[in-house]
Amino acid sequence: MDRPCGVLCNSYAKDMAIVSTRLQWGLLVGGLILLFCSPLFINLQLLSIINLMAITLIAIQGLNILTGYTGQISLGQAAFMAVGGYTSSILATRFGLSFWVTLPCGALSAGLVGVLFGLPSLRVKGFYLAMSTLAAQFIIYWVLMHTPQLGAGPDAVQVSAPELGGLKLTSQQNMFYVIMPLAVLATFLTKNLVRTRVGRAFIATRDNDLAAEVMGINVFSYKLLAFFICSLFAGAAGALYGAWARALRPDYFTLMQSIMYLGMLVVGGIGSTAGAVFGTIFMVGLDQLVTALAPALISIAPQLGLGVTASISKIVFGLVMVLFLRFEPRGLAHRWELFKASYRLWPFAY
Amino acid sequence: MKDETKLKLEHISLSFGEQRVLQDVSIQVKEGELFALIGPNGAGKTCILNCINGFYQPDQGDIFFEGRNINKVKPYKRAQLGISRVFQNVELYTGMTVLDNLMVARHVLMKKGAIAGAIYFGPAHDEDIEHRKVVEDIIDFLELEPIRKSKVGMLPYGMRKRVELGRALALAPRLLLLDEPLAGMNLEEKEDIARFILDMQEERGITILMVEHDMGLVMDISDRIAVLDFGNKIAEGTPGEVSTNEQVIKAYLGAKSGA
Ligand SMILES: Nc1ncnc2c1ncn2[C@@H]1O[C@H](COP(=O)(O)OP(=O)(O)OP(=O)(O)O)[C@@H](O)[C@H]1O
Ligand SMILES: [Mg+2]
Repeated sequence: MDRPCGVLCNSYAKDMAIVSTRLQWGLLVGGLILLFCSPLFINLQLLSIINLMAITLIAIQGLNILTGYTGQISLGQAAFMAVGGYTSSILATRFGLSFWVTLPCGALSAGLVGVLFGLPSLRVKGFYLAMSTLAAQFIIYWVLMHTPQLGAGPDAVQVSAPELGGLKLTSQQNMFYVIMPLAVLATFLTKNLVRTRVGRAFIATRDNDLAAEVMGINVFSYKLLAFFICSLFAGAAGALYGAWARALRPDYFTLMQSIMYLGMLVVGGIGSTAGAVFGTIFMVGLDQLVTALAPALISIAPQLGLGVTASISKIVFGLVMVLFLRFEPRGLAHRWELFKASYRLWPFAY
Repeated sequence: MKDETKLKLEHISLSFGEQRVLQDVSIQVKEGELFALIGPNGAGKTCILNCINGFYQPDQGDIFFEGRNINKVKPYKRAQLGISRVFQNVELYTGMTVLDNLMVARHVLMKKGAIAGAIYFGPAHDEDIEHRKVVEDIIDFLELEPIRKSKVGMLPYGMRKRVELGRALALAPRLLLLDEPLAGMNLEEKEDIARFILDMQEERGITILMVEHDMGLVMDISDRIAVLDFGNKIAEGTPGEVSTNEQVIKAYLGAKSGA
């Protein structure tokens, strides 16, 4: 087949493009404009939830790279987030560094700690590797609880607000413009990473590590790279969380939180970049909703008692998990694919 | 056909605990040759391929590839040297499309790292397109066009075998190890694969070491044959020589009556 090169290149480029039709471009650009204008017209409470979602999304995309694409289950994502958060805050309070320096430092330190705890993946996989990331979760949490010298400890430490050109970014609106671009960037980078060489090596490792090795992929170093990127994202999310919440407590970085993160992946659809977005919005939204409704529940049914209402969000989380695993194990992303497919068949799509 | 040695196994022995699987096996595969390895079930054929790939470390003996001792070289580095493999039981990346399975095999020939990939636009994109062209050629060659965007997990067995052949080919191998490429196929599929294997040898100049049970095909297409029985090499030669060898006939009849 002797097609002129220009045409050939052009068509493969088009085939590989995610956003290709004019309608898709319109939707994307319009959506982004709407997103970045939203602080102008939505209320503060909602905006704060959106900020939390965006921070969480960064950690979830990282976890998606490690667990969803590389197939290494991690039960330590919250702990890696804590490493980023505390590193960033300590660098700021002890050395007076600006947030724009401590954020990447926090991310990087978390990345390195992640690699450290990823080392067992040379020998163990599956369940046993999950156990070793569980160890990471407990060790890091323990260190946070027991090193007041570092400014950590069971009590909250205050985190100062980021500054930009002399302006302290304290409001939800200000923080939105710090957090949201990074969340969009994280999603963009993840999506691209997983569709190019390194991402294909990740997926090959997940699907068949023997056949990955035989095709020349250094499986172990790609697992470590996945651990690094995963905890790098977690660390960035942790640093952002500190700056947004203006405080850090070990209690925000528990095993339960790590499991929640895995749950978000499951609900969204493991190994799907869009799924991570859906899962995060759905689960963080649900959690906020349940927390907001808990007082109402007490007043309606006081006989349930404080114990039940306090753990209501965990009960709901468990329930949602069971329902998704039973009825839609491929997650919301699969629904989204079905929707897109049906739209593609629609005669006027082209 | 040049007379250079591509692959040389020298006195390879392998055992699992008490069980001796390979005993003092020596084989030489010449450049551009289609060399077949045959023998009854459990003879140790797959084990030989696993030694060449580096999944098993022989207890004794050395393996030379293009004159270099690769005995201590890690499996993934052997792929970088140009050794590719099709497995006996299909080992594909089930969650990926046919196209991506083949693109994975270009890994060793590509260079862009995580950062370029994450940025995508620019170098990583250009590199992907360049290798996509090669992969599309292979897809054409193996007549995989209709399924190039299908997830391989959903494909019928015969197609998956063919995709695995494509993946092995996409690595641009200098030595191709085929472990029973015809197993479980119907006649029509077998003829297709046989044609592809011959094309790979003759047109692409790839040296092939093939393990296969289908005697008709082996006798038809291979240049030379080695026969393995209980971990011992009992014969080696051209198809004509091997098919009249007393020991070979005995081993095969013995295996048949034993089964
Ligand atoms: N990892 C292993 N551990 C223990 N024994 C093994 C292992 N791999 C292979 N064997 C044994 O080595 C012997 C040779 O196996 P091999 O798979 O090489 O046979 P084969 O010639 O490929 O047979 P087939 O035609 O059935 O594929 C068998 O008896 C098998 O049980
Ligand atoms: Mg075998």
